[in-house]
Amino acid sequence: MSFYEVYNQYKNMDFEGYFSKLTENDIHRIINKDKISALEFLALLSPVAKGSLELMARKANVLTKQNFGKAMILYTPLYLGNYCVNQCAYCGFNVNNPIPRKKLALDEVELEAKAIADTGLRHILILTGESRKGTSVDYIEECVKVINKYATVSIEIYPLEQEEYERLIKAGVDGLTLYQEVYNEQIYDEIHIRGPKKDYLNRLNAPERACKAKMRNVNIGALLGLDDWEKEAFFTGLHGQYLQDKYADTEISVSLPRMRPHAGAFTPKVNVDDKSFVQIMLALRLFMPRAGITISTREEPEFRENVLPLGVTKMSAGTTTAVGGRTQKEDTVQFDTSDKRTVDEIKEMLLSKGYQPVFKDWQLL
Amino acid sequence: MSDIFRIGDKALNSRLFIGTGKFPRKPMIQEVIESSKSEVVTVALRRIDFDVKEENVLTYIPESCVLMPNTSGARNADEAVRIAKLARAAGCGNWIKIEVIADNKYLLPDNLETLKATEILVKEGFVVLPYMSPDLAMAKRMEDVGAAAVMPLGAPIGSNRGIKTKELVRILIDEIKVPIIVDAGIGKPSEAAEAMEMGCDAVLVNTAIATAANPVQMGRAFALAVEAGRQAYLAGTAVETQYANASSPLTGFLD
Ligand code: SF4
Repeated sequence: MSFYEVYNQYKNMDFEGYFSKLTENDIHRIINKDKISALEFLALLSPVAKGSLELMARKANVLTKQNFGKAMILYTPLYLGNYCVNQCAYCGFNVNNPIPRKKLALDEVELEAKAIADTGLRHILILTGESRKGTSVDYIEECVKVINKYATVSIEIYPLEQEEYERLIKAGVDGLTLYQEVYNEQIYDEIHIRGPKKDYLNRLNAPERACKAKMRNVNIGALLGLDDWEKEAFFTGLHGQYLQDKYADTEISVSLPRMRPHAGAFTPKVNVDDKSFVQIMLALRLFMPRAGITISTREEPEFRENVLPLGVTKMSAGTTTAVGGRTQKEDTVQFDTSDKRTVDEIKEMLLSKGYQPVFKDWQLL
Repeated sequence: MSDIFRIGDKALNSRLFIGTGKFPRKPMIQEVIESSKSEVVTVALRRIDFDVKEENVLTYIPESCVLMPNTSGARNADEAVRIAKLARAAGCGNWIKIEVIADNKYLLPDNLETLKATEILVKEGFVVLPYMSPDLAMAKRMEDVGAAAVMPLGAPIGSNRGIKTKELVRILIDEIKVPIIVDAGIGKPSEAAEAMEMGCDAVLVNTAIATAANPVQMGRAFALAVEAGRQAYLAGTAVETQYANASSPLTGFLD
């Protein structure tokens, strides 16, 4: 059994029909429940539920405080390399884009890690494109060992086999971020034009392989904008719950990446406005009270501050999406970030809003 | 009247232990320690940043407090043991609260792995306080292998639901000789008072203080409640000793 079976169970359901039967009363009843079923979660993503966002927000705020307190975990991404063999229609790193390609040498990785540690941050998310040649698992393993001197490490790289995850965990990796991009299998096939990423199932099952390998944290998500957000958010929640139920010793979290402009032209299928984004976050919090929710610097500063009390548990800070962006000239940007504030500025903002910035949340054993 | 509470070689005046996670800012921990008069403070080793003074939560814990690092994040006995050793090596003393949680959904402890870790760490000279589900057989085993106290949960961590496990905790109070410290679930001072009235030796509170609108004031409220509950318990004991009074006012006529 894999999450694919759960996906298949719901993929052809009549979402519109289900939504059209819901009433405001149904939504209120669901909000007041302690435990919410999959279909009730879907109801919270419906157009009717939009009228009850404030109620949902109040509950989400209480649940988040209970489970995570007034603490906000901070991390920062570090791009190791931008070699990529895939052609994803929506991405500036894709193989057809004539951008300069590079990867950091180990001493450069160390410089970047040190520059990050100097800002106080103690958790780094390392990223690569998909190239087993350009940025091999061996190379990533070496990088992890270097960075571990300064920080704990999560990975956002191409899908690996279970044994490879085990190897990286042994080297010091404690978290995996892997977005399905889009759960809709047909759209997935259309926008992943060529390259190994075309293999939908391989990507869909990768988070589960990481759980089997005993990864501490697994963070999933859908790139919002590629299909109807109600469905994509629904499948993201179901995926999260599937993993949480089956691998209780792994902490599951969810990201809500919204599409950003990049080098190359791709128009998102749907526009996820702020209200819908908030609705997704609230529905997820009510459905999975214990799941982490990550919000990245893709979002505007003011918006990030406004959604803080609604369920967020992790934020990126001091972000650059360029390879070696902290110590070298920026010439390889995957997408523009909106929140360009420094780590100190984010820290001050959090404190002023009554949140404790948490720089270190894991101790290498 | 002195009502000293002993754990390991420490004599404590306060029966309120506090946790340090979840506060809106770290310096507030120091203010809460003052307002609550707490003498035992638990800290997750995973979150201690030893490199930056202002980020290091230990900076805000006065020397006079007993530091009780916890093994938050441990998923099995082996990880708990390693975290405990790291904590001691880092200068956090030799008290350790064992927290082994392999269930991220409810955050319920794994009693079996907790027992294993307790046994190993007692042998290594730690003062070990295991956080556990209130199961009598397990609590006895914890006691047998040398736990300095047992810390049964009142309800799942952060749930603020009060002492839902009351009947089970009551059995531990009756049967276990080492101190019983209710950890987790206490959401209001009245619930802390209730635990103390029942005869628990101490309570540990984190979420309810840290996420209160005014944590410093809430720390004081808990201190008063714990004290009131303790006094009530002791007063109750006094009533019972009156029954044992040799003067037999009710049946003296039979002599
Ligand atoms: S999304 Fe990832 S795999 Fe696709 S082109 Fe961009 S870097 Fe490569």
